[in-house]
Amino acid sequence: MSVVFTILQRDLLLAWRRTAQVLQPLAFFIVVTLLFPLGYTPELAQLRQIAPGVLWVAALLASMLALESLFRDDAADGTLEQFVLSGQPLAALLFGKTVAHWLLTGLPLAVVAPLIGVALGVPSAAMPGIICALCLGTVSLSLIGAIGAGLTLGVRRGGVLASLLTLPLAVPVLVFGARATELSIAGGSPAGALYLLAALMVLGLTLAPLAAAAAVRIGVE
Amino acid sequence: MAEFFAMGGYAQFLWPSYALAILALVVNVIVARRHLAAARSEARRRLEVRAGDAE
Amino acid sequence: MDWTWFHKFGSPPHVYRLAGRLTPWFAWPAAITILIGLYGGLVLAPPDYQQGDGFRIIYVHAPSAWLSVMIYTTMASAAFVGLVWRMKVAHAVAASCAGIGAWFTAVSLVTGMLWGKPMWGTYWVWDPRLTAQLILLFLFFGYMALRAAIDDPSRADRASALLAVVGIVNVPIIRFSVDWWNSIHQAPSVMKLGRPTMPVDMLVPLLLMLLGFTLYFVAVLTIRLRAEVLRRERQASWLREVLD
Repeated sequence: MSVVFTILQRDLLLAWRRTAQVLQPLAFFIVVTLLFPLGYTPELAQLRQIAPGVLWVAALLASMLALESLFRDDAADGTLEQFVLSGQPLAALLFGKTVAHWLLTGLPLAVVAPLIGVALGVPSAAMPGIICALCLGTVSLSLIGAIGAGLTLGVRRGGVLASLLTLPLAVPVLVFGARATELSIAGGSPAGALYLLAALMVLGLTLAPLAAAAAVRIGVE
Repeated sequence: MAEFFAMGGYAQFLWPSYALAILALVVNVIVARRHLAAARSEARRRLEVRAGDAE
Repeated sequence: MDWTWFHKFGSPPHVYRLAGRLTPWFAWPAAITILIGLYGGLVLAPPDYQQGDGFRIIYVHAPSAWLSVMIYTTMASAAFVGLVWRMKVAHAVAASCAGIGAWFTAVSLVTGMLWGKPMWGTYWVWDPRLTAQLILLFLFFGYMALRAAIDDPSRADRASALLAVVGIVNVPIIRFSVDWWNSIHQAPSVMKLGRPTMPVDMLVPLLLMLLGFTLYFVAVLTIRLRAEVLRRERQASWLREVLD
């Protein structure tokens, strides 16, 4: 457990020194969602209809965009190799990295979602449900993404490939997340969809670090 | 005969489906055989290179 | 327990020869079964009471859909064996599957669309079956793209094998989510396959086609497997033996 915290601390500190880079996915999320009123219609009533899809597709793309940076620097300077050789459980080390990655790229999306929601005509009563859904969903996205990033280690232009590998796997997150958002906007209870999102997250938390560790092992050998 | 090919008015959907399925069956055999032929000639070349090195 | 069979099965020369010997034993029965199935499906089977002759697309659609799922399962199982027991031959099996699987997934999608046009009035409906097939196609593409992107063959084998295993764990979850999504949005579903009331003269050609396609897949797999085994083999002694 302490290993996870050490890695988490280190990654957050490194990110603090490169704030501009860390903010890119968030900026991407905001810009993409705000392009929809320009490309579709400024009518809030109509935007509200497509808001779940817009929010979730943009969140999916933003977290894919952030994937590239997950292992890239550590692979380049040999840190990952040291991880593998360190004798510490690799899955725990990578789990720490994934949590840091989520704190930096997933959580901010949930935090700015209310602002985006206002721009898309989402009623404020729907915000708690949407924030919950994005929090739960982006954890799963980061976990799946870690597998994709591990598999494409050392591949030239690996970012696009990693997205291609992980997007089909992220379909359930998109389905449940968008449904929870839709229900929140319609004034219904999003609980059912949120439970399913949480179940996905738990499944991801147990299995994804193991798969990511196997992927990184293959990648650095 | 013409009645058979008309397929009760569904000809324009039915025949393309069958054509595509048969195309897939044929193409996969051809591709597999080409792969095998290529792998054989490649292996043969590798053997020759190695024989050349030994001399 | 005697493990020699396992080592023998894993030895490339043995697999190469065995696959070569097996090919005709699957290819000819496949050809005969498919031809009889086609005749039965197109000529002998009576028109459906609702869909007329349009339902006959089932005889190519259902076998392709079955094959796509079967091939993905085979690929993932072989990949798993390759990962866990580091068996080169298992990786070769997995690598041979992907191309064939992608083809038949695509065929099942297009035939599904061609069936959908007369039945739904449109080529594409977000029917859960079609949607799941579409995602399966992307999974095959991802597998092939990853394999193509990694230069080192052994690394490509293991990385793509891991992806196949992760994919197969996800397939039921994806299926569930797509069904769930569909049950909410109520898209019409006309394609009811495998109705229990299907009359015998409709059912038998279908079963023949399913069997024929399966045999066909094994036949093509044996050919591709030989190519993959040769490509992976660096040892000269038996290469010389099998090539001459």
